[in-house]
Amino acid sequence: MRPWMGEVVAMLERTRRLGWPGKLLPYYVLAAPGIAYFLIFHYTPMWGLLLAFKDYSPFIGIWNSPWSGFEHFRHFFSTNDFWNLLRNTLLISFYNLAVFFPTTIVLAIMMNEVAQRWFKRLAQTVVYLPHFLSWVVIYGMTITFFGPSGVINHWLEAGFGMNFKFLISNEWFRPLVVFQAIWKDAGWGTVILLAALAGINPELYEAAKVDGAGRFRTIWHITLPGMKSTIVILLLLQLGSSMDTNFMQIFLMANSLNLDVSNVFDLYVYRVGLQQFNYSYAITAGLFKSAASLILVLGANYAVRKMGEDGIF
Amino acid sequence: MIKVKWFDTLNAFFLVLIGLSVLIPFVYITAVSFSPPSESLGGRFYLWPKEWSFAAYDYLFHARNFIRSLQNSVVITVLGTCVNLLISITLSYALSKRFVPGRRIALLFIFFTMIFHGGMIPSYLVVKSLGLIDSYWAIILPAATSAFNIMVIRTFFQSLPESLDEAARIDGAGEFRILLSVVLPLSKPIIATFALFFMVQYWNEFFSAIIYLNDSRDWPIQPLLRQMVAISASNISADAALDAQLAVSLGPNVQNAAILLAMLPIVAVYPFLQKYFAKGAMLGSIKE
Repeated sequence: MRPWMGEVVAMLERTRRLGWPGKLLPYYVLAAPGIAYFLIFHYTPMWGLLLAFKDYSPFIGIWNSPWSGFEHFRHFFSTNDFWNLLRNTLLISFYNLAVFFPTTIVLAIMMNEVAQRWFKRLAQTVVYLPHFLSWVVIYGMTITFFGPSGVINHWLEAGFGMNFKFLISNEWFRPLVVFQAIWKDAGWGTVILLAALAGINPELYEAAKVDGAGRFRTIWHITLPGMKSTIVILLLLQLGSSMDTNFMQIFLMANSLNLDVSNVFDLYVYRVGLQQFNYSYAITAGLFKSAASLILVLGANYAVRKMGEDGIF
Repeated sequence: MIKVKWFDTLNAFFLVLIGLSVLIPFVYITAVSFSPPSESLGGRFYLWPKEWSFAAYDYLFHARNFIRSLQNSVVITVLGTCVNLLISITLSYALSKRFVPGRRIALLFIFFTMIFHGGMIPSYLVVKSLGLIDSYWAIILPAATSAFNIMVIRTFFQSLPESLDEAARIDGAGEFRILLSVVLPLSKPIIATFALFFMVQYWNEFFSAIIYLNDSRDWPIQPLLRQMVAISASNISADAALDAQLAVSLGPNVQNAAILLAMLPIVAVYPFLQKYFAKGAMLGSIKE
């Protein structure tokens, strides 16, 4: 007998013992809307992925559309688009990993070193705030500062006679996107690290002081090891989500003049599917992304466990 | 000892710099919104308007589409928050009871959606086939809860002592009764946390409105704001050229006033957010 069969038998026995339906029915009633939600809005779309293997036409419907096998995949992988999308997606993830992530660690250490509680709380209050703003608001503020006639260009023009196309050029897209991410979320990213640091035994710091360790040595030998496991988990999670860029952010920041570098998988799916109405081909690109993400996430979780940490699942 | 003081001073100095780099943009856009457009057209930088002008706010409060989109946002946010709370709490509560058969399978079923999803187009087709296009339900229902929410709220319910239930049951309370008059009053912190969380989620939403609401008169504030601040050369949306024309005609004071008004409700609840959120974010890391 397979384990899941045992599970089902045990379940049926329990149901009988508890006296169906008296005590149990209310719980199934309570669970029903939520379960229906997951069925309709998460599992039904998974069936839609079948359309990647069909030539879907809305006029004849999902079932009657003819099968096309792996035709869309062959086409997708043979175009330059694919390599371009892969490069753009992975590079944005890489820049975030290389710049955004260390920034959160440094910021967490800086806040942890503050002795005055009021000052630490104030710093937290300020740096957490942008996290709750919408990407549209961040986009609007970005235009006010980095736009063609924004503050920064005004300065550059007055001081150096220069004008940079921050928002409408390939070169500036990636730096600007990473900068936005840091301004919006680096502060919030410290929450989980500060929680890890709060768990460090204060006696360790006392002992280091007695031993004559300076502040930097204390950070190196006590603070950093104290958040090592959190950092490792966050790092692997980030690697696991390499295929996901922040789509809301990219969608707003992308335009025809930076499309060479801003075209990521999600944006491509949106443009092909919802603007050109080529559903099957867009779903093919989306399916590739979902499948690659799944493999990366499972790999990351496996790696977390290998390192002796609790996996995420 | 001197070395230690140097460290603290420098650390505080850099933290103040970081704090200012967060706050100054807000001060600047506020100052611009209260200045006549001529003052800031070239992108001149100042933190206090040289000449006060309320023209931007006067314009926005009389702009029918702006007011309407704020009203739409309020409707979507209130309705969405209620729906999300209802669905999230009921499902999490049912799944928090260890004696309910099928609980493990349901959890697995929910958890799987965390690591694999159908993606944008299949979700769009589902919403479309349900006939939700051009309705606010297209924005609310697909976002009605998430595996993460269920896991966190369920963990909270499991932390409540089971003896409470038993006491109520002896007093003759039914299962629904227990949820309403015993469990929910004890769950105020987590309900407040998630109510705020959902509120922010709906107020900030713009993408689903763009893809599901064809008539821009139905739009909430965020997609309208995007249109108001758009720069030229953005052809990602079909009528972007028009957006940019509109945006240029508005002037920097109106644009920045709109940005400010669109974030105002979030800033207003921020003190409460901060109180609950740091705790809420940590709840996610607590495992059974």
